[in-house]
Amino acid sequence: MITIIKYNAGNIKSVMNALKRLNTDCVVTDDQSLIQSADKVIFPGVGEASSAMAYLKERNLDVVLKNLTQPMLGICLGLQLMCEYSEEGDTKCLGIFETKVQKFPAKDIVPHMGWNDLSETKGDLFTNVSSSENLYFVHSYYADVYKETTATCDYIVPFSAALQKDNFYATQFHPEKSASVGEKILQNFLSL
Amino acid sequence: MLKKRIIPCLDIKDGRTVKGVNFVDIRDAGNPVELAKKYVEEGADELVFLDITATVEKRKTLLSLVEEVTVKINIPFTVGGGIGSVNAAKEVILAGADKVSINSAAVKNPSLVQELASELGSQCVVVALDVKYVEGTWRVFVSGGRTPTEWTAMDWAKEVERLGAGEILLTSMNKDGTKSGFSLDITEAISRQVNIPVIASGGAGKEEHFVEVFQQTQASAALAASIFHFGEISIPNLKQYLKNQNIPIR
Repeated sequence: MITIIKYNAGNIKSVMNALKRLNTDCVVTDDQSLIQSADKVIFPGVGEASSAMAYLKERNLDVVLKNLTQPMLGICLGLQLMCEYSEEGDTKCLGIFETKVQKFPAKDIVPHMGWNDLSETKGDLFTNVSSSENLYFVHSYYADVYKETTATCDYIVPFSAALQKDNFYATQFHPEKSASVGEKILQNFLSL
Repeated sequence: MLKKRIIPCLDIKDGRTVKGVNFVDIRDAGNPVELAKKYVEEGADELVFLDITATVEKRKTLLSLVEEVTVKINIPFTVGGGIGSVNAAKEVILAGADKVSINSAAVKNPSLVQELASELGSQCVVVALDVKYVEGTWRVFVSGGRTPTEWTAMDWAKEVERLGAGEILLTSMNKDGTKSGFSLDITEAISRQVNIPVIASGGAGKEEHFVEVFQQTQASAALAASIFHFGEISIPNLKQYLKNQNIPIR
């Protein structure tokens, strides 16, 4: 069973619908044992970092999530919360990825909203996905590029479009909103 | 590189797609969900649904439409039309829309923009500006373009950015339905002045109009309705045409 983490960040419905289109059942829950016993965990989210972390901590989910051993996929804010620290709300995050999250400098329109292409894609999520494909992004904060970066995107600065470390996967773009290429990436995660 | 977006707009009345010319003379343009699916397959970058129904049944019809769309399509979409409160906006987002678009209600109650931005996040909040050039000034109109306001287009655009809007949908009433091209001057002025994305709308009639709006303004996206609904411009052809002109397109 696929478990989607329920927390105070929106966008869960579009992830559920994307899984439905891929004929995959899921449950949406903040129950620790259901999360721990899931085959795979999806950690979605559009929202604000500090209030989302506070919600997770209240339920001890911060500890649960970073100790998961099954594949977990963070999306958008999910990716940012899996990093060490976010400038948004001066928030200490889960620390799965040893990189930090900061706001785009206001040299261009912020948020970075729309379709952008990737470079240097690697790893399981991008099997049979061409790096020239465009994915849908909407975010004002970004994670630095570092050794666990599996796809880079360039907007104002180069940033991590995807990260992977052991069983932990994350995308800054929204695969559930990225047309057929997004579905391919979700399918790659489901096939792990 | 971030791509310029092509956005078909579906005007919805009683659950069907319609398109008016100069905001009147409504023609039937078909089933919105079928149209939406077709546009996604053709490469639309986003969709906008504007509900122009004015009955008590409106909300229910709209929400069930949003629910149907969100199951069937895999690109972002915005829903607008008569959304006047945080609760109404939340209903639409919970039904599966990615963004809500507000218009008259924002002018009437500017703090609504702020409330929506803090409750839902700026990325969910599109403020639609219907603007018309009258007596030497671009002025904001509300109530489906019937009522002038005190706001100039530029001042209101800056104000909604300050209040937390995530995006501006700028419709030129002078051009809407005319197929004579976007209003480049006001689109350029506003898109230069604000630091949030501006969607140009009103007046698209041929492929060259999209080239103009992307070459001569800072618009992040261009929106059109009838030319897509009635097959006068096909999205794949349009996107290829724009690529040939070196405009960044998905």
